[in-house]
Amino acid sequence: MPNTSQTASSGFTLFPRLSGAAVAGILIAIFLMAFLILPVAQVIYVAFLEARTGSFTLQNFQDFFSTTLFRESFVNSFYVSLMSVVVATVIALPLAYITTRFNFGGAAVIQALGVIPLIMPPFVGAVAMSLLFGRNGSINLLLNQYLGFRIPFMEGLNGVILVQSIHYFPFILINLSASLRNIDRSMEEAAQNLGSYGMRMFRRIVFPLAMPGYLAGAALVFIKVFDDLGTPLLLNVNNMLAPQAYLRITGVGINDPMGYVISFILVAFSVFSLWVSFLFMRGKDYATVQKGGGGLSRRDLKPREKWLAWGVILLILAMVLSPHIGLLLLAFGTIWSFSPLPDGFTVQHFGTIFTQSSQYVWNTLVYAGSAAVVDVVLGTAIAYIVIRTGLPGRKWLDYMATAALAVPGVVLGIGYLRMFHGIQLPFGLGQMSSFWGIIIVALAVRRLPYALRACMAALQQVALSLEEAAESLGASRSSTIRRIVVPLMTGGILAGFVTSFATAAVELSATIMLVGRSSDAPLAYGIYLYMQSPAGRGPGAALGILAVVIVAVGTYLSQRIIERERARQTMTGDQH
Amino acid sequence: MNRISAFSAFALMMTSAAAFADTVTVVTSFPRDLTDPFKAAFEAAHPGTTLEVVSRNTNAAVSHLQETRSANTIDLMWASAPDAFEVLKEEELLAKVDVKFEGIPDVIGGYPVHDPDGTYFGFAASGYGIMYNTRYVQANDLPIAREWEDLKRAEYNGHVAMSSPSRSGTTHLTVETVLQGEGWDQGWATWKWISGNMNTVTERSFGVPDAVNSGATGFGIVIDFFGLASKASGFPVELVYPSVTAIVPANIGIIANAPNPEGAKQFVEFLLSPEGQKVLLDPAIMRLPVDPKIYASAPDGFPNPFSEEFAPGAIEFDVDKSGVRYNLVNSLFDVLVTYRLDDLRGAVAAVQKAEAAHADTGNKEAGALIAEARALIEAMPITEAEAQDPAFTQVFTISRAEPGTEVVGRQAEIEQAWDSFAVENYRKAKELADQATAMK
Repeated sequence: MPNTSQTASSGFTLFPRLSGAAVAGILIAIFLMAFLILPVAQVIYVAFLEARTGSFTLQNFQDFFSTTLFRESFVNSFYVSLMSVVVATVIALPLAYITTRFNFGGAAVIQALGVIPLIMPPFVGAVAMSLLFGRNGSINLLLNQYLGFRIPFMEGLNGVILVQSIHYFPFILINLSASLRNIDRSMEEAAQNLGSYGMRMFRRIVFPLAMPGYLAGAALVFIKVFDDLGTPLLLNVNNMLAPQAYLRITGVGINDPMGYVISFILVAFSVFSLWVSFLFMRGKDYATVQKGGGGLSRRDLKPREKWLAWGVILLILAMVLSPHIGLLLLAFGTIWSFSPLPDGFTVQHFGTIFTQSSQYVWNTLVYAGSAAVVDVVLGTAIAYIVIRTGLPGRKWLDYMATAALAVPGVVLGIGYLRMFHGIQLPFGLGQMSSFWGIIIVALAVRRLPYALRACMAALQQVALSLEEAAESLGASRSSTIRRIVVPLMTGGILAGFVTSFATAAVELSATIMLVGRSSDAPLAYGIYLYMQSPAGRGPGAALGILAVVIVAVGTYLSQRIIERERARQTMTGDQH
Repeated sequence: MNRISAFSAFALMMTSAAAFADTVTVVTSFPRDLTDPFKAAFEAAHPGTTLEVVSRNTNAAVSHLQETRSANTIDLMWASAPDAFEVLKEEELLAKVDVKFEGIPDVIGGYPVHDPDGTYFGFAASGYGIMYNTRYVQANDLPIAREWEDLKRAEYNGHVAMSSPSRSGTTHLTVETVLQGEGWDQGWATWKWISGNMNTVTERSFGVPDAVNSGATGFGIVIDFFGLASKASGFPVELVYPSVTAIVPANIGIIANAPNPEGAKQFVEFLLSPEGQKVLLDPAIMRLPVDPKIYASAPDGFPNPFSEEFAPGAIEFDVDKSGVRYNLVNSLFDVLVTYRLDDLRGAVAAVQKAEAAHADTGNKEAGALIAEARALIEAMPITEAEAQDPAFTQVFTISRAEPGTEVVGRQAEIEQAWDSFAVENYRKAKELADQATAMK
């Protein structure tokens, strides 16, 4: 695994002409080529082939643009992505602001709860949501009974926007919070000295300084929603690009080149959106020199403000945690059908999963944990190379890694089978494609964009002058990275770790292609197994609750580490 | 009964890696509720043999077998959809093996139980039915729909769900059954009127029983075991078989180059033996045994497809006809119904409203407008003859096209033409129906 500091020191002896960063860059490029670009290319090159003769053609792309359905799908996807960013911002902004700006009891809990929406096991979310918000969900049944009307929460594109923004707003929350914490207190004090305060100061000083984090999060939400197929499919909305691609790629015995054309267009559009967000950021400097201040000054809330803040937060939490409330009811409920609440409650479902779940839990922790570690190492390295070095083609590392967002899991899974099947691993590990390690690689590649955006945002806020100071005091490049850059990026790196870990823990689409033995299966796969039968709905939900609890505990612990780290830094800073 | 096998097990054994001779690996789309009892029963009957179950949905299982054919590690494919087995068979991924069994008829409900070429075997049968939520029906004061025809009525508007035939092989068979039973044009008209009453076309076949179980929708067109197993697990649902239904076997096939062909054969023979067939009566499984003897020990009320009164209108299913236009029918359904469900629903609702408004007025002019609107909704972009023409159908079966056939276009091009046809017709039908409603 490429590790910046190691390759940086060993690189000099092996390749005297290449800097350590260049060696790391090349290694990362090889990794991405081998585990992302080539496997995917093996699948989607079909987009450029004449379906019958197999010769090269651009006809398929022309067909794409002359098909009404695809043009509509494109517009729908774009609209849904944009609206999801708006709604997600409305949800994330108050949470991030209140928890970072004020001394607020339970801020860590709220931040941890804010990650939970990401951990919605596939197949469960839609059932839980439709039981609460569907046409005959709890809320509409009650409304209809007492007031005689229904609200179509879950119908059509609006349903997709609602579910997507509830699901993905944590990207904005996490990155924005990390950014807000990194803002130097002196900036704020300077603004106050010059007479700015309240909303004006937030608008003119605080929010612009937090821009890298916000944009990192918003870009992620935009691209992710644009490329996501799970939610529209579960809500049975087909007129969007990603579900169209999926439906055309995965039909049994169907070999429609349009599915691959759409996949290609999804990848291209994601890279394009990313490029636009770069343009937006270009020429602006967000770095702050001082890092001792521990972020914005926090003040205590007056009692009235406190109630208001709690009110806002509880309202938002009730909304974003509703799928999990539904899941909880499903896991403890007996039969739940056409009624506001289940008929009765039981713990029997947890008994059912008890005997089998330990293997799933262990596998999930190993896979998602390793994948997240790989992601933050790669993410930090790529961020450093892109922002701090002048290597030619460095932006392409970023583009390549981010393109993974747009690759449907099933395409990556098939690509891996094509690339790695038949390669025998040494030490009796068997086929490379059915070796459990390949699941970790697949998860790492699929979640790398999350970690990468967080690391990029963190590094953008570290002033170059701090590194220059270290180097002029005689520190080598590698020890500067190790002792100065990485510690200053801790918040962002941990944010990246958390998002990668949490989302990898419930990923299914690529893993279902790659799981070779049931003893290698992770939790999401177990949930899938249960949720395929009517009797399995309760146990599946119980397993889902288990997944949520595990990831939430992990998130909470890392949140505590961030807080403690910050407190320690602040203290040492004060001693100077 | 006696399967003629061209290849003997020799070839299989020569190429197999005999490393795990005592493990039989099966890839399946079946839920654990079904596989666990079989695993237990098989391992008890063959001590020392382990059944390793790898669960994947049908699509993922087929892709996996296609991609890993060079070094196959799977012994058996075990799933419902016969079309998945057809794909595997065409790509020569299934082995022909002389499997021994007795007492199982060749045909069930007009559909052949086993592959005539002996590459895969039916071990359980399933019929299609209408599943409904009793609480939902009661709360909305709806009569119970017993026939496909019933679901066309205006009172069911917004109360029906089904999965898309392109996503579920069993749904495809239901669509095809009605097309064959009622004829091409009439059959499609039936599907369009039913679809106009749908509140959703789901992407997964399990999405339909899920929606009915939770009460999101009242009626679902489902394969029977979903309904039977839901009822057995306590949900307030019932299942009825319409008189025109398709009986579909769920299948098992041995993969070519299986690592353990002997064990694979043992498992297939076990499934088809009386002990294996009895496992199907487990309340969590609820699939119909293909061995008629087993029904003697079935619980009361268990449907028996071999009895006289079961689905008297079951048609003689023409497998060849269905096979030729398989992908075309899927694509046609998606273009006309799945992707344009909102347009279709709008048109159907407008016609239903106009018909209700003029039920007793006897307004001739309005009647003519309604008839025109109905004809627009029912109109099909292609005729049955075209749908059977290889020059046309092979546009949709690129991977299995015969090199000699001249084809007449590209799938995207044809689908675009159908799409504008449907959108325009549905729009015009709605306009006409609205005009009719406005007439007093």
